[in-house]
Amino acid sequence: MPLLRRRKVTDSSKSTNSESTIDKQDDKKNQSKRFRRESYSSEKWSCWDSCCWFIGFICSMWWFLLFLYNTMPASIPQYVTEAITGHLPDPPGVKLRKEGLTVNHPVVFVPGIVTGGLELWEGHQCADGLFRKRLWGGSFGELYKRPLCWAEHMSLDNETGLDPPGIRVRPVSGLVAADYFAAGYFVWAVLIANLAQIGYEEKTMYMAAYDWRLSFQNTEVRDQTLSRIKSNIELMVATNGGKKVVVIPHSMGVLYFLHFMKWVEAPAPMGGGGGSDWCAKHIKAVMNIGAPFLGVPKSVSGLFSIEARDIAIARAFAPGFLDKDVFGLQTFQHLMRMTRTWDSTMSMIPKGGDTIWGGLDWSPEGGSFKCSAKKLKKNSTHNTGQNANSNLDDMKSVNYGRIISFGKDVAEAHSSKIERVDFRQDTVKGDKLANSSNCDIWIEYHEMDNDSIKAVADYKVYTAGSILDLLHFVAPKLMARGGAHFSYGIADNLDDPKYEHFKYWSNPLETKLPNAPDMEIYSMYGVGIPTERAYVYKLITAVDCYIPFQIDTSSEGGSEDSCLKGGVFSADGDETVPVLSAGFMCAKGWRGKTRFNPSGIRTYIREYNHAPPANLLEGRGTQSGAHVDIMGNFALIEDIIRVAAGATSEDLGGDRVYSDIFKWSDRINLQL
Amino acid sequence: MSLLRRRKPPINESDKTSEASDSKPQKEREEEEEEEEEDGNGKDKNKKKIPSKIKKHEEKRPKWSCLDTCCWFIGCICVSWWLLLFLYNAMPASFPQYVTEAITGPLPDPPGVKLLKEGLKAKHPVVFVPGIVTGGLELWEGRKCAEGLFRKRLWGGTFGEVYKRPLCWVEHMSLDNETGLDPCGIRVRPVSGLVAADYFAPGYFVWAILIASLAHIGYEEKTMYMAAYDWRLSFQNTEVRDQTLSQIKSNIELMVATNGGKKAVVIPHSMGVLYFLHFMKWVEAPAPMGGGGGADWCSKHIKAVVNIGGPFLGVPKAIAGLFSAEAKDIAVARAIAPGFLDNDIFQLQTLQHVMRMSRSWDSTMSMIPRGGDTIWGGLDWSPEEGYSCSKKGERKNDTQIADQTGAASAVSQTRSANYGRIISFGKDVAEAPSSDVGRIDFRGAVKGHSAANTTCQDVWTEYHDMGFGGIRAVAEYKTYTAESIIDLLHFVAPKMMARGTAHFSFGIADNLDDPKYKHYKYWSNPLETTLPNAPEMEIFSLYGVGLPTERAYIYKLSPSAECYIPFQIDTSADDEDTCLKDGVYSVDGDETVPVLSAGFMCAKGWRGKTRFNPSGIQTYIREYSHSPPANLLEGRGTLSGAHVDIMGNFALIEDVIRVAAGASGEELGGDQVYSNIFNWSEKINLQL
Repeated sequence: MPLLRRRKVTDSSKSTNSESTIDKQDDKKNQSKRFRRESYSSEKWSCWDSCCWFIGFICSMWWFLLFLYNTMPASIPQYVTEAITGHLPDPPGVKLRKEGLTVNHPVVFVPGIVTGGLELWEGHQCADGLFRKRLWGGSFGELYKRPLCWAEHMSLDNETGLDPPGIRVRPVSGLVAADYFAAGYFVWAVLIANLAQIGYEEKTMYMAAYDWRLSFQNTEVRDQTLSRIKSNIELMVATNGGKKVVVIPHSMGVLYFLHFMKWVEAPAPMGGGGGSDWCAKHIKAVMNIGAPFLGVPKSVSGLFSIEARDIAIARAFAPGFLDKDVFGLQTFQHLMRMTRTWDSTMSMIPKGGDTIWGGLDWSPEGGSFKCSAKKLKKNSTHNTGQNANSNLDDMKSVNYGRIISFGKDVAEAHSSKIERVDFRQDTVKGDKLANSSNCDIWIEYHEMDNDSIKAVADYKVYTAGSILDLLHFVAPKLMARGGAHFSYGIADNLDDPKYEHFKYWSNPLETKLPNAPDMEIYSMYGVGIPTERAYVYKLITAVDCYIPFQIDTSSEGGSEDSCLKGGVFSADGDETVPVLSAGFMCAKGWRGKTRFNPSGIRTYIREYNHAPPANLLEGRGTQSGAHVDIMGNFALIEDIIRVAAGATSEDLGGDRVYSDIFKWSDRINLQL
Repeated sequence: MSLLRRRKPPINESDKTSEASDSKPQKEREEEEEEEEEDGNGKDKNKKKIPSKIKKHEEKRPKWSCLDTCCWFIGCICVSWWLLLFLYNAMPASFPQYVTEAITGPLPDPPGVKLLKEGLKAKHPVVFVPGIVTGGLELWEGRKCAEGLFRKRLWGGTFGEVYKRPLCWVEHMSLDNETGLDPCGIRVRPVSGLVAADYFAPGYFVWAILIASLAHIGYEEKTMYMAAYDWRLSFQNTEVRDQTLSQIKSNIELMVATNGGKKAVVIPHSMGVLYFLHFMKWVEAPAPMGGGGGADWCSKHIKAVVNIGGPFLGVPKAIAGLFSAEAKDIAVARAIAPGFLDNDIFQLQTLQHVMRMSRSWDSTMSMIPRGGDTIWGGLDWSPEEGYSCSKKGERKNDTQIADQTGAASAVSQTRSANYGRIISFGKDVAEAPSSDVGRIDFRGAVKGHSAANTTCQDVWTEYHDMGFGGIRAVAEYKTYTAESIIDLLHFVAPKMMARGTAHFSFGIADNLDDPKYKHYKYWSNPLETTLPNAPEMEIFSLYGVGLPTERAYIYKLSPSAECYIPFQIDTSADDEDTCLKDGVYSVDGDETVPVLSAGFMCAKGWRGKTRFNPSGIQTYIREYSHSPPANLLEGRGTLSGAHVDIMGNFALIEDVIRVAAGASGEELGGDQVYSNIFNWSEKINLQL
């Protein structure tokens, strides 16, 4: 552009010269000054101009690319992928349609925690204009635009666990509720698309969306969600010629559906009044994906200090960032305050106590799981020599039973060497720790004093059983709410009338499966990814307005293969749910006729070994075993479609196991 | 930029001597040079100034080449586009309201807020039944050309695909023209949930305002249900293919059960009114054909049916649509740009494709006028006789010209339009007394050879099966009343009408107890069914008045019949006295549904205990007089009476909310009438 202009100047001056005689003198001047002029014009090409050019260029390119993207035929990414990696296998829907499978049983999806969208129906002034817009899911735009307002609207009342006054946030309904979590991040979309290939459509697919922040029974109290699910299942069975439904719960949806099955059988005021044969009449199979039947250790760290491993690592990288007052708010405390009002988070606290999760000196997985297993597989045979060493390392064994330890040494020491001071005796919490003026944010840590924080740390090690006491100690109000809706024990006598209360319904160790001998229960989950199982904690010195406990990200296992990384001991699983939690009930607790499964419903375990996507073009991979990405796993989708199209588990090939779940289950001494 | 530059020359001229010094920027120098040049030529500086400016520009232009300008232009557009987008997104949502309030003064509270202050709360669950066209449709299975559109909206939303791949779109939106169901390998299904019809296209609300207002007093998804259905199908086929009627039944039952037994308030709009009539008969009928709910289902589950813009007796527009695929809007467009629509855009004859598509939709036939000449008038009479279009003007221009218009309308009453003649060939025919119209019966006519040669057979319309003889015969019958129109449609489109008559009926029942009326094809015709046995139920008819609405047409033969639809609305026919404009006679209504169709059943047919309403269900008429939005900021207006825009009418919304919150028809104030509907109803001689 500047070049063009410069050249023109001379042209035009020449042409004007030829036209007029008077200008000849000037022309001479021009000639003589051309050099100077040019230098001047380049000076004029100032920073300002460049900026303008740059902005113009960027904007134009952006539009241009957007335009190209929109006009691009939808199949281009596939062509590109095929050109690079060779011919792709048919997606399972297409493959199975060629085999002649067609729509048969209606299917019901039960989404998990976090994945379902929530939208605003009534809000405060600050949420003006967001009516029926998604607060959760979608682009999360409001989180950035008005974070405080967002947190306020996403919170529930911390006394009742229901709506705060003047705010109504409701689950999105329909398949759109959880097909994509955010734009481009699928949850159910791939499964839906594949089912549609063999003829499914909305009349045969139902998304049982519910408000995942509420405790399960409260979804019925507030939204009548359980009644809706019942009515919709009945409708689908009726309009599809009496064919029973296949239910596909994912993640926390598994627990929700356990709750539903008890609810629907229970008599009317507390339950749905469907009668004891409702499940037998309406459900063909329950295909649980990534089921946290017995809870997940992640939820402990979430409730105790709201850090999952990801956050803990982020904090280690950029120490100041998350703790600083971004937008004038203490991010963590706000998050904690918000998530603590969600009763549903307490549904995933590990259940079954030490019997299931192991005590001070033993755990079902103890010693046998090698965190290096993944590496071994990848690097093939040539470094098996090295791995002999690492095996030795592992022989040292991890005390998975100690879900929270204060300090790495404590986590590894023998139980007899640990001196524990019982925090439970120290009932007086004393004065408030923080002066209330500084911390306008409500979290219960502010009601604890230094002594009780010390007492917590002095107990040193917590197993699954004592963790409940710990949570009761540090967050009594929260746990009081949670205790009214969930229970984490093991029933001694399932016929005890107290187990008719709804708080036991989502705990598989305190309920019986319905009387439906024809039903099938599958547990499908990924394996081969290190999954959080136990934590090393530390006290933070500056406790003013901060959460006084933190995962000790500095504690690392000795070798590369160690299971301890960034303060977290990991075990086999799907990155969120350990194999033990997902598999135990189907591997042992419900296998055959047990007291938890009196009618002998057949159970099957289908494991999917994780293989990361081969290249970037594959996106999140078609062989993933990760907790959410497994929803795009072709093998899993194929299994689901086959069952939906009428296959029985025998047709699928029964169990399919890669992990040591059966071995581990045997070590658990549970009366069946 | 150019202004700045222009301002400089005088200064330069004043100290021209210093110009020689090199310190001046290049641009100024250029200008100075030019200025000098002009000065040399010119005599008077001051006078020359203005023309010199123009010259300057002309001489500058070659330097500033076309390419540069283009680049700048594109850059500017793009930048400002992003900037506006950004501003739009960053703008607080209440900003437009502030602006409006600043200009027009404080706005009245929207009805939801107002009624919340009055203490109204969510009570009865509500069911919305959307009309034709307004519901979204999405693709579940398609051909190769529709790849990547899985679960994307084909209908509603941005309609992006219509532009991107029009032929593919038409193919997917069409139904099988034998069965009226899905064509092989294509599954297009209605969107479900409130999103199905809250907005038709971005920013074009249908139910959204009503939903938002109801939400103010506490409604949410558990108490609001959108009974979305595939509006292309005949009503019974929605049950056959999608089990939609069963779904509606199940959802109403669920909502009544989970809301402590409070009955539902049903709010159908447009064709949804007919759909819900069908539903009420279906739900009572025994199982194989019906829903098996029993005779008291409606009285147990429905508190009120609040019909909005209900075409109970059909709409004349449907005829024009079926006969020649033109509504008034299309006819006018064709008159303005004659070649445009008829030309082969994208290698397709637009109108024929549209016609072919819309003719495969059985539902369009649900709105053919019912009741024949008894309702719509014969050759020489019509219920609306004497309606004068100048009324609107009278109202607006107030009293000062009352004498004038009074006199004029007195004259025009003697020369009123023959609304009974729904289709006339030629304006003279439409106006002549019936004895002067020489008609030759078309019914026996031989259609002769195919008029079109086979080259245009890729576009299927039944006109190609007609010979010139048939087309002539149609034109020679000259004028058609509501009854003979059905014969006409049977004649020109036998296949389509065969499908249609299997699902719909357009007559009047002599004896409602005749067992033949148990067939589903009569269920959506209020003149051939009885209302359910639910004496506590209330039926409202809410509609807009004060807009000219299509009522009768003047047709002509198209000049070249080859590959074209042989009939066209004669847009050249105009007559102010008889409400004739662009070949269309209009009457009072909401721009789509004439008052007669929306009001008659509630004004007379069902009023009190009649044979159509044996249990004496209370009926109410609520009319809303149209007034256009005062300014652009009001968008589609809060006082509109137009067929779809009325869904944003505050008065209507308030009525609906009051009913939903528990009010009865009496508490609303009973009837609210602006038109002559009672007067006109009296003229209709229907046995009750």
